[in-house]
Amino acid sequence: MNEHEQKRIEQWLKHSLPPVGEQTGVKLQRDLWPAMLKRMDGNARPIAVPWFDWALLASVAAWLAFFPGAIPVLLYHL
Amino acid sequence: MPVLEQPSLSAPREMLRQFCRGDLDAFEALFRQHQGAVYGWIVRIVRDPAAAEDLTIETFWRIHRAHARFDPERSFEAWARRIATNAALDHLRTARHHTELPDNLASPSVPDHDISDDLRRKTARAFQRLPAKLQVAATLALIEEQPYREIAEALGVSIGAVKLRVFRALRLLRKELLRQGIQPGIEL
Repeated sequence: MNEHEQKRIEQWLKHSLPPVGEQTGVKLQRDLWPAMLKRMDGNARPIAVPWFDWALLASVAAWLAFFPGAIPVLLYHL
Repeated sequence: MPVLEQPSLSAPREMLRQFCRGDLDAFEALFRQHQGAVYGWIVRIVRDPAAAEDLTIETFWRIHRAHARFDPERSFEAWARRIATNAALDHLRTARHHTELPDNLASPSVPDHDISDDLRRKTARAFQRLPAKLQVAATLALIEEQPYREIAEALGVSIGAVKLRVFRALRLLRKELLRQGIQPGIEL
């Protein structure tokens, strides 16, 4: 690519995608803090774990407590 | 008329120290002070005001989570800009395949009668197909005409690397235009 081609592509690019900086869209039109608080609140809530996941965890724990010999087998399959 | 102006003052050191300790009031003050500047930077990269608002919130969410890693002796603006650039890059990587440019692209402020609408559309589409990293570098350097030093800081690379990305973007753009039967070296 020679310099002439490079300049020409740059010129086409500028005319195809005018700078946003020239438009009003570069200025924020509203305060985003309420939306930020909402986002923080949403992420602060503890993740709900379904009851059947707890039941599965309890079953596995009970199984391993009664049959400790199964621990290596379980680790092998993980 | 915009309701929020870009900040002109840097955040005081004490506020930055409080932010580092996880103080929510300090975070709110920093958010209010810098949201306009962060939005302005992101909208230049993604060119979509609605997406830029979401990405501004995403940027400050990342900032909030990383508060303990921030060094209060360094510039908050530069740190925020780098996180904003990464958030915008992530957005471009995921959104690029789902969005199509509108047929009625915004016209330049000074119309150029040498360039047809079809050529403008083809150039814009070819540009959109560039890898996100190259697209961001070329957008900031060639379209928004931001200083190379600022682009390098925001991308976390050297000025030479930014220049290389811009050159690679132009080379790929030329290749794509040639594929469409447009020869940049020939007068249209």
